[in-house]
Amino acid sequence: MTIAVAILPEQQLAALNAAYRKAVARKRLRLLAGLALFVAALIVAAIGAEVNLRTFFTYFGNFVSYFDRILTLDNGQRVWTNFGEWFWGWHKWLKLLGETLLISYVGTLTGAVFAFALNFFAAENTSPAAWLRFTVRRLLEFARTVPGIVFALIFVIAFGLGPMAGVLAIAIHSTGALGKLFSEIVENADMKPVEGIRSTGASWLACMRFAILPQVTAGYASYALLRFEINVREASVMGFVGAGGIGQELVVAIRKFYYSDVSAILVTIILTVFIIDITTGWLRARLFGKEART
Amino acid sequence: MTKPQQVDTAQIRARYPDVFHRPASARLATPATIVAAGAIFAYGLVDLDFSPSRFVAGLSQLGWISMMMIPPDPGTSLPIYLKALGETLSIALLGTTLAAIFALPVSLLAARNIVPNLFRFPVRRFLDCIRGVDTLIWALVWINVVGLGPFAGVLAIAVSDFGAFGKLFSEAIEGADQKQVEGVRASGGSALHEIRFGLLPQVLPVIAGQVLYFIESNTRSATIIGIVGAGGIGLQLAEQIRVLEWQKVSFLILMILVAVAAIDFISGKLRFAIIGRRAVA
Repeated sequence: MTIAVAILPEQQLAALNAAYRKAVARKRLRLLAGLALFVAALIVAAIGAEVNLRTFFTYFGNFVSYFDRILTLDNGQRVWTNFGEWFWGWHKWLKLLGETLLISYVGTLTGAVFAFALNFFAAENTSPAAWLRFTVRRLLEFARTVPGIVFALIFVIAFGLGPMAGVLAIAIHSTGALGKLFSEIVENADMKPVEGIRSTGASWLACMRFAILPQVTAGYASYALLRFEINVREASVMGFVGAGGIGQELVVAIRKFYYSDVSAILVTIILTVFIIDITTGWLRARLFGKEART
Repeated sequence: MTKPQQVDTAQIRARYPDVFHRPASARLATPATIVAAGAIFAYGLVDLDFSPSRFVAGLSQLGWISMMMIPPDPGTSLPIYLKALGETLSIALLGTTLAAIFALPVSLLAARNIVPNLFRFPVRRFLDCIRGVDTLIWALVWINVVGLGPFAGVLAIAVSDFGAFGKLFSEAIEGADQKQVEGVRASGGSALHEIRFGLLPQVLPVIAGQVLYFIESNTRSATIIGIVGAGGIGLQLAEQIRVLEWQKVSFLILMILVAVAAIDFISGKLRFAIIGRRAVA
């Protein structure tokens, strides 16, 4: 079987070809211009950040040997040959780790409660008044844009050294982050139940309680768990500024070059984060069914 | 009008017992969870030394501090702050770019549809380990290696994002359509051709969106790594907080807010330009 392909007249084909080439060339040019701009930005950034490849390559050995050193005990053996010696402070570390977990738990719960209280005012479909919505939104934005550790630095001065500052910092940051996510869930909720309940003459509060809340609780819980996971990481560094938890011990170990302690504390933190990740992932999957396990 | 039919509730109850009578475990699950959560919360408050008097005293301190923050005033150090802000933006941009460049090949190794499970597993755990360590900790480690300054910040962000990117990219690759890859293979392409012509065109827009999003979120991270001495505006912020120069502190916080908002705006525009309005999930 032969297939006839219609071939356009030479002239028409040339015109089409030229137009196509021009389009491709324009696209390429735009891509190249974008790339050039990006590279220029990178170069400016490299100057701004005092990047020094010479330092990097001279000291890169340090990076590798740093890991070598933190995996070596004081007596020159590898850390895993003597667990008792490596984790000599496990009693103290576990206590601090527990404190870290408590900081993130109390902080997340407080943040979630405040976010819960505020999110109906921030959502477009449930907010009673436009000015209220605007104010609450700006407030939440402020709470999540300022990094938690900056709040912690300020709170350490106001409330004194210790976990209280860490908890409050995490609570504020979580309020901002969760408030936004919660209000987005509410915005996606079905409004028909609200209309139904309003038609019976119910107040705004009753509408939220009986029409919106049953639709959104699973989403709330899932986001709160995710936030808890993130906050465990965050709480592990709160100690850097004196706001409690295991970070304090870690920063002392790093600054004072207690090499094997650094690796022991890091391993404890990583393991804890793993366990929390897996547990909350499992809980989220149970809340939402299998498909949400992303 | 017809009278509604009488319903024999007793019979329905007998037929569907599980609808009318939930077992105690189902009814008590929610209150029990709430009580347990509250109990841990209360224990936490006690264990973490929350006392009402301390809280009130702290709040009044905080009130004083906020009063002293007004009005925000940089004093004479505005040029230094602008330079620090530039440093922060540089750290975020460079760190994210480096992370993306290094994560792309590694993420191929971690993707299910490219590499068999046996090789994938260690790569994934490796990425998880890197991700499990906070950026601030990486910053401390790099300060030990290259010394104080923004360069350590760049490397810290690059390493910690490498872990995050590796995971996100490999998920994007796993989500890609296999038909294109099969097409390339059918026409006799090698494994590298399959990746270059079958896979990359599909995942690049997704990846570009993620990289832009991370540049934005790294601007936030970069503002704080200065607190441990890795350069940028965080260094200035931590210093001014320590010497209780509250007007300068509030000015610096304002600067950070404005910078983050600006980056938000620009990267949002860029994201739409690269992947189109519809593709943004």
